[in-house]
This record gives sequence, structure tokens and C-alpha cells, in this order.
Amino acid sequence: MQNELQKVFSRYQGRRDELIPILQDIQDALGYLPAEAMNAAADFLKLPASAVFGVASFYDQLHTAPQGRHSVSVCEGTSCHIRGSAQILRAIEKKFALKPGQTTPDHMFTLERVACFGLCAMSPVVMVDGRLYGNMSPAKVLKLIEKLE
Amino acid sequence: MTFAEIQKRAEATWRQFRGGPGALVLVGDASCGRAAGSSEVIDAIRSELGKIGKQARVVSVGCLGICYAEPLVEIALPGTASVLYGKVTPAAAKELARWHVGKGEPRADLALATTNGASLDGVPRLEDLPMMQGQARLLTRNCGRIAPDNIDHYIANGGYQGLAKALTMSPEDVITEVERSGLRGRGGVGFPTGRKWRFVYEAAGSSKHIVANAEEGEPGTFKDRFLLESDPHALLEGMLIAGYAVGAGEGHIFVQAHYPALARTLRTAINQAYELGLCGAHALGADFSFELELRTGISSYVCGEETGLLESLESKRPVPRARPPYPAQAGLWAEPTVVNNVETLANAPLILERGADAFRSLGAADSPGAKLFTLAGDVSRPGVVEFPLGVTLRRLIEGAGGGLPEGAGLGAVLLGGIAGGFLPPEYLDTPVDFDSLQPAGAMMGTGAILVADESRCVLDILLNQLEFLSDESCGKCVPCRLGARQMLNIVKAITEGRGRATDVENLKRIGAAMKVASACGLGQAAPNPVLSAIRHFGSVYEAHIGRGVCPAGVCPMHGERKQA
Repeated sequence: MQNELQKVFSRYQGRRDELIPILQDIQDALGYLPAEAMNAAADFLKLPASAVFGVASFYDQLHTAPQGRHSVSVCEGTSCHIRGSAQILRAIEKKFALKPGQTTPDHMFTLERVACFGLCAMSPVVMVDGRLYGNMSPAKVLKLIEKLE
Repeated sequence: MTFAEIQKRAEATWRQFRGGPGALVLVGDASCGRAAGSSEVIDAIRSELGKIGKQARVVSVGCLGICYAEPLVEIALPGTASVLYGKVTPAAAKELARWHVGKGEPRADLALATTNGASLDGVPRLEDLPMMQGQARLLTRNCGRIAPDNIDHYIANGGYQGLAKALTMSPEDVITEVERSGLRGRGGVGFPTGRKWRFVYEAAGSSKHIVANAEEGEPGTFKDRFLLESDPHALLEGMLIAGYAVGAGEGHIFVQAHYPALARTLRTAINQAYELGLCGAHALGADFSFELELRTGISSYVCGEETGLLESLESKRPVPRARPPYPAQAGLWAEPTVVNNVETLANAPLILERGADAFRSLGAADSPGAKLFTLAGDVSRPGVVEFPLGVTLRRLIEGAGGGLPEGAGLGAVLLGGIAGGFLPPEYLDTPVDFDSLQPAGAMMGTGAILVADESRCVLDILLNQLEFLSDESCGKCVPCRLGARQMLNIVKAITEGRGRATDVENLKRIGAAMKVASACGLGQAAPNPVLSAIRHFGSVYEAHIGRGVCPAGVCPMHGERKQA
């Protein structure tokens, strides 16, 4: 991990305002933000560790725990809600005994509840590994998840 | 290169693009197109062309706003009608490659519209489509027509002329022109843009900033994504004009985290603007230097609040700041800063190029210009449209949107994402602008129009909104943090049949307190959906609480009823 962290830090000057880009880079390299990495970032920027954790824990896009190999994000924006996203979320929760924010025990995927992808013209919308799918149904989404390896 | 030389080169590129030899195949490949399968359509067209041994230029473009008919494919072949095809499946794409490109025979049976005015077996012209009729098509003029990754396309269609013109004027004259246009902020609040620019122009300090707020977090709103994916240079040009006007040397674009495709589009656009010397040191040879930066991949609803956004740009928790001082005095790095919505900034080139009078010739007296509206929910033709401000809800929902699918009855309209509030069908003939909806207890907000049919329960939608708002409250101020949570608890109880007679009164009291005592717009606007639902859909509350039934049959209502 030290190598990866040094590589990230070498691209920055150590200014306080670089914290978010640094955390993004660390997450890209390690998949999430282990406590050790956050402490190293705090040392590098001469910030208290609490300030780093405060930022890391605020934003949904920064993860302080390991994530699944894939990500499944169900949009629960108002348009998707009107068009039935709750049923999609319930179907996934039931089939995989999973709540939003949790990862399957085999680390296959992490389920997220999101609002909003701005694809309201094709609600309900689901994002799998960064790819958006419109006009979804519970059956269509379960099929997408089954294809994950 | 001088701007004239840049234009000349761009026009040559554009002529070659539209009039070059062979067929031109444009595929709507913005997020909406992709989610509907445009990648598979492109593959199908390419493979079929290979099979029949035909050449064609297959080009990804943005979105026309006709999102309901994605994936869209436009085929232009000299000697034939140029045709826009809708809801193109990979199988249909192969047919189009074989017939329209291969044999020069357009397929009227698959066509949505013609785009070059040619007639084809009863197929309407694009501008005559019900969704397009009456639209202003100013900000949207390039959307779906040009390749967003080609700056020459933008320039050949009038792009960067507003900047070139601004650079011949004094900064103060640029601000006066924007003031005279009456442009008001398109992010929802409607603050006069020219006045905001003048504050920053007059603020002391040599280092100033332009921040483009592309944190389009308001659920149901997607106008900025649409515009940036389809025509990204409109924003960059607007930022450059704003920078020149107020004397700012840096521009920052803050992009919503859930818009990953947009980050690439904007990165490309910025690089191209630098290559042509439109930004950077001495833009277009003028005594004006402007650097552009992009922040992507991280955001949160409260980052849409301008001071929360500034905190986030400084790599902090996006907790809104106390005001005064306002960002115009002490914004990014405590320096004078203009924070404008994407659509607001994208209007600046039009105002400079065409003049304030032309801008004012559309729209309402106190709300001049045209506005992007997003149509979603229970509407037949969801998508993005551009109408003069003052257009009625009926025109938007029934005219452009085609009414409700399968003739369903209208239940409620939600405006401006969450902050705008609910309206019942009686208000369909109210003009939509910054002020006209306020007597009805609603706001235009971002221009999101979310339609709910009669089978939906207003309280179920409200519950979804309150879950979102209580999640997204940053927690700094008590009225918002606790108020949103309390409203959520009460509405949840009502939808579970545990409502009490005092609930409505309590919601009103909490809402009133949040409006006056919350530190930022998030908490101040959070009660809008609750209070507007009480005002216009009181009978729905009454049925849940007093009679223990959800009239729409949506809410669970399984709990025991309790007396207050």
C-alpha cells in the first residue's frame, strides 16, 4: 500500500485543498480508503486525521470499507420512484438479502441507492459498473445482476 | 490564429461534415441514448455497412431532447430526404443501413421526422413534431445536431462569437448588456445575473473566480446534463464572457458525481478550447487570461447550494457558509466569486452575440428569455424542451409532453425537483416563470416538470422526497437536520396508517420554522413539498389520517390507528 500512496502523493504539492482529489486517487488505486491510507493523507497534508475522515465519510462516492467487485446502483429519485424503482430495490434486497450500502458476502457486488442520475426520461434507471440502463423492471435488473461474474 | 482564421477553418470542417461525400449517420449518444442502447445500434450499423460493402460516416452526437424516442438515428444522404429515426433497435439499425444508406431508399415506416424539409410519405418535418412545436430552440440549437467532441462544429454554428464580441467591449459594457437582458439565474432562485456579475466586478481584489454549478442534484432535473453532453462549449464560452466581464482569471466547473460521461465530454472540450487559444493566457490575443478547471466524481445534494459547492471545491465537507459575506465578496479561497448555474452561463453567449433586446423579445416582462424544461414521470413524451418563459403548464405537459400515457388522468404536477412543490390539475393554465406560480405556493425552480397520474399517492411521493432530504441535510443547522427528520417520521407514520389528528398542524409548524430558521436553501425549501401538498391535497392527508385509507391504494396502511 505504501508504494501506491507515495505514487499518489508524488502528484500533489501537499496543499489542504488537494484533499478530495487525493482521496479520489487513493480510492482509484486501492478500491477504497483504508484507515491507514487516510492517516497517511492526513500526514501528507498536515491535517488532523479527523478532518480527513470527516470528508471521506461525508461523500457517498468515497468508501471507507472494501466494495464488491461490481456496483449496482438503483436510482430512487422522484421520477424513478413514481415509475416503480421501489419494487426494483425490494426485489434485489429480497433475492440477495442485502440492504443499500451493503456488499454481498462473496463480494460480487455492492448495492447502492442513488438519487439522481438525471435520466428521468427513462425511469426507472439502474447503473451497473458505470453503465446506465433505462426503462428497467425488477426482472430486467435481476437478469443484469445474474450476468455479473 | 485569429478568430477569423479559426472560424474559417471551422466552417470548412462543418461543410465537409454536412456536405461531404457519402452518407452521414448521426446517432444520439448522450447518456439517454446510451441507456436506451445506442452503442448496440452503432455496432449494428457498422457491421451491416461492412457486410454490404458501403462506406458511411457514423458520428456520435448529443441529444435533441426527444429522449422518449431514443435511440435516435439521423441519416443524411445527398439526393434523399434526411430522416430522423426513433426507437431504433439493432435490428432496425441494420434495416436502415441496408435501405437508406445502401440503396438510397429512406424507410418511412421507421421514420420519426425529416430534417432537411424534404417530404417523405406523410412523415412530418422535425419542427412540426408535436414535441417541437412552439419551442424556442436557442440554447438547444446545436443539441443533437453537432458532434459535442468537435469544437469546429460549435464555432461553425456561431460559437465563440459572443466571446469575440465581448472582447471588443469594455468589461463594464458587457455587464450592462447582461443586466439589460434581464437574465435571471436558471438554477432555481432567479437572481438577476447581471447584478451578480456587477457585485463581483466592483468587489475589491485582483484574484476573482467564475464557478459553474453543474451539481444538478435536484431529482427530476436533467437540463444541465443534457446541455453539457450535447453542446459543452456553450458553457465554456459563457464562463469566458463572465470571466472577462468581472475580471476573473479562473473558472471552475463542478460536475455532479452521477454524471460520469459528462466528465469526459467536458475534459475534451476544455482541451480543445486551450488548443485554439480561446482560453489560457491572452485568450484570442486579448489582454485577458483565463484558466479552466474541472472537478468531477464527487458531490452531494448540498453541493448544489452555492456556498456548499465552494466548500467542496476547497476539499472540505460541503457545509454551507453563513452569509454575509456573500460569494461575490468572499467566495472561493475567500476571493470574489461568481457562482452561476450552467444554463445561466450558457445564455451569456446568446445575449452578447444577438444583443439584450433580442433576448428580451422572448419570455415574460420580469422573466425574459427562454428556459429549458425537463418532462418526466407519467408523461407520454419525456425529454427536454425549450420554451419562452411564461409558457403554461398545459402547453408543456399536454402539448410538448403529449399528455399522460394511455389517457390516464392527471393527479399532480411536481415542479423544480423537490423545492418547487406540488400543484393540482386546476393550475395547468398558470404561466411558468419565476414569479407567477408563487401565489399557488409553488416555484418553477430548475424547470423540472414531473407528472404523476391519478394512480399515484401524493403522500407516497412525499415520503420519497423526505427520505432524500433528511439523508441529504448536511446536519449543520438544527431546523433542517431535525425538521426534515421529524417531517419524514410524521409522513411515514401517516402512510403506515398511524397518522394522528395533530399531524397536519405539526407539519405546518415544523415547515414554518424550517423556512425561516434554516441556514441555507436546502432547509428553507425542504418544507415546500409538504406544505404545498397540505394546501392542494388536504383531502389525501384527511383520508389517510381520518379514515385510515390511502385513496390511491399505494401506501401500506397496515399499522394501528391511534387517537391523538
